[in-house]
Amino acid sequence: MNKIEPIISVRGLEAGYADRVILKDIDVDIWPGEVTVILGGSGCGKTTLLKNILRLQEPYRGSVKFWGQEVLKMDEPSFNQVLRQVGMLFQNGALLNSISVLDNVAIPLEQHTKLSRRVIERIIRVKLRLVGLSHAIHMLPSELSGGMKKRAGLARAMVMDPRVLFCDEPSAGLDPLTSAALDDLILDLKQQLNMSIVMVTHELASIHRVADRVIFLEAGAMLFHGTLTEAKQAGIPAIERFFEAGRFE
Amino acid sequence: MYKLQLESSALALSGRVTRDDVPAFLIEARDILKGKQPRALDLSGLEYLDSAGVAGLEELILELKARVPELKIIPSTPEVEQVRQTFKDSDQPVPKPVSPGPFESLGESILQGLAGFKEAFVLCSELAWWSLAGLFDKKGQRKGSFTAQGVLLGYNALPVVCLLSFIIGFILSLQSAAQLKIYGGNVFLPDLLAVTLVREMGPLITAIIVAGRSGSAIASEIATMQVSEEIDALRMMAINPLRYVVVPKFHAITVVMPLLVVFAIIVGELGGLIIGMSMLDLSLTMFVSRSIEIIALKDILISLGKSIVFAWLIVVIGAYYGFRVKGGAEGVGKATTASVVAAIFAVVIADAIFSLFYLA
Repeated sequence: MNKIEPIISVRGLEAGYADRVILKDIDVDIWPGEVTVILGGSGCGKTTLLKNILRLQEPYRGSVKFWGQEVLKMDEPSFNQVLRQVGMLFQNGALLNSISVLDNVAIPLEQHTKLSRRVIERIIRVKLRLVGLSHAIHMLPSELSGGMKKRAGLARAMVMDPRVLFCDEPSAGLDPLTSAALDDLILDLKQQLNMSIVMVTHELASIHRVADRVIFLEAGAMLFHGTLTEAKQAGIPAIERFFEAGRFE
Repeated sequence: MYKLQLESSALALSGRVTRDDVPAFLIEARDILKGKQPRALDLSGLEYLDSAGVAGLEELILELKARVPELKIIPSTPEVEQVRQTFKDSDQPVPKPVSPGPFESLGESILQGLAGFKEAFVLCSELAWWSLAGLFDKKGQRKGSFTAQGVLLGYNALPVVCLLSFIIGFILSLQSAAQLKIYGGNVFLPDLLAVTLVREMGPLITAIIVAGRSGSAIASEIATMQVSEEIDALRMMAINPLRYVVVPKFHAITVVMPLLVVFAIIVGELGGLIIGMSMLDLSLTMFVSRSIEIIALKDILISLGKSIVFAWLIVVIGAYYGFRVKGGAEGVGKATTASVVAAIFAVVIADAIFSLFYLA
């Protein structure tokens, strides 16, 4: 029987900004076909962790492996090959403002595949329908609301059917129905394409719907790494307070 | 990897179809189907599709249905069918927005121009009112903002204004000296330089530098405040944004612009003096005395008056483009560029009008 290996493996990661250390000694494994949620209070280093895993920032020390390959010392062309299998949804969508939603979502397909424009447009129509933005296909990002920008950003992040999708607060600022639809989409991507998803979110409802595994950060240190049920039973006061604060019964 | 086979009247697709296979898959299917009209598409051997694979398959089905409308599709496994369902296109493309015709565009531009003119008029009148009111009542302005803006718009611009004025004085004299020497008119260099710098080049060059440097800073600052809702926040605190943000700039530039022009003229003269002394054998005393003699009080007053008008144009245009910014960061960039172009254009036009009045 084949042993299942983590798709991303982080060891001893230390990172920050200039002299300010934000993350200390982080060890994380991301497993295939799972939704991993990174939790923690504001400013605890969740987004910094994502950025350091994806080399948008260079960590001070540590190791980050994607599919067993060390990426921190990889040259740019090799790392770009890894990135072709990765999608990233930024907090505010990070769309290019000068081009339409259609052209924004088309960028990865146009740059990395030989698909015809007709097939590309078909794929984009589908992806925009999945995020509920069919009507906005010809709009410019400046004509979209914050939530719409985020959904267009998600369509772009998943347009290449990446093996792993990183989402930085995907449901923040969305209404509960859209947020739930987004969670369903994430579950569909996981089940049907065996996609792995790494999410930073504060939304407890969303965490309960989608999380297979949670990573809890506090003040840059990792307090817990395991399933949601284990997290609740771990008896760690910070985690208990986090879940308690979100209860509304 | 996929496999395509035409068996009797059915086209069979099996294996895996991913985004890397789709272009070749469609070409191969079209080759196989040349002159053929299969009655069925057999997907039972299909093992995996990604979203691009679904799109490619949809294209194939569309082409097959164009040949055989009653095409029978033999489904794949439930897992693959679920993926097909998730990534199925609605087949109802969203219509592209219709672009307006030439007359509609012309009408739209005229209406926008009129609306812009009205906005500019309202802004100018409000700014004039609040600037006057602000002289007597400092309420609604941040403490120390006049000094801060004076440093920003005047003191910080001084090095670049002086450097460029020196170079311009130097170049003007160099070019003139070559001609004056031929006709023995060395003695007229101070006259020529003083008149050019005081009446034209001093105020004009300073205004162009300030428009590029400080005008763009004003437009981008206000535009950034607008897109990040800081202007709305001021309004919600019952603070007039024009009074709080623009009036201190208006007051500061009114004071510092004439000073910058004075510095520009003096430094420009210095550039000319070097050429006069080194190439035309003019003495320092003679150069200075002729420069002072040729300039009338009227010239100085017009020069300083001009500089104040230029300063007001720069602030008003910067504020106008800053306040009417649309969109996010890209809008800020566009507003800044537009404000610099418009400010330089307005300064040159205003200078031409001043010259006409002066000669009349």
